Amino acid sequence: MKFTLRWLSICCLLALAGCSSLGVKPWERDLLARDDMLMNADALDLAYDEHIYFSKEASSGGQGFAGGGCGCN
Amino acid sequence: MKKLLFLLLLVAAPLRAEVYPIGDLDLKAQHGKVVYLDFWASWCKPCRESFPWMNALLARYPADKFTVITINLDAESSAMQRFLDKVPANFDVYHDPSGRLAEQFKLEGMPTSYLIGADGKVVKRHLGFYTKDVERYQREIEGLL
Repeated sequence: MKFTLRWLSICCLLALAGCSSLGVKPWERDLLARDDMLMNADALDLAYDEHIYFSKEASSGGQGFAGGGCGCN
Repeated sequence: MKKLLFLLLLVAAPLRAEVYPIGDLDLKAQHGKVVYLDFWASWCKPCRESFPWMNALLARYPADKFTVITINLDAESSAMQRFLDKVPANFDVYHDPSGRLAEQFKLEGMPTSYLIGADGKVVKRHLGFYTKDVERYQREIEGLL
């Protein structure tokens, strides 16, 4: 019992440490800030997706993002 | 005459920023001066807009009382060099590829600038660069000079 408890607590502590460096720092967003990383980078692709959503899900819009994810504005 | 022509060419040639490794940065050496410390990267569009303004700042205020120091946070120096080839900079650039200094200053966005008083203390932080706020930035600098 004591043994499993110890292992359990060690595992929990390790799992906690795994969350210590989540996310991208503002200065590491070079790849994310590229224009081709936008959700709507390709107009034709976007129109195609929108058409599918419109016809299958009866919804449209809501795919665009403002800004390129550089975290500036 | 030839010498004069050469000199003219030298003046006409665009000034290129000197790039140093981040380890060379000694902010303590700037005590007595108001420092505008700017963190930028080549992929950051507002950073590009701030460059002509920072160049103008250097021309506007006396060099013995004010200076601009910038920290580049590009992971690759080639991206930084390409940027500097296109966008002229009259100030020193320190390259911090691992973001060591950015970590120390706890940057929340790009670009971020710090206005450091003559006593070496950070007085103001500007998160982002907005051309509409340029006059406010300048008033803050002038308030410290």
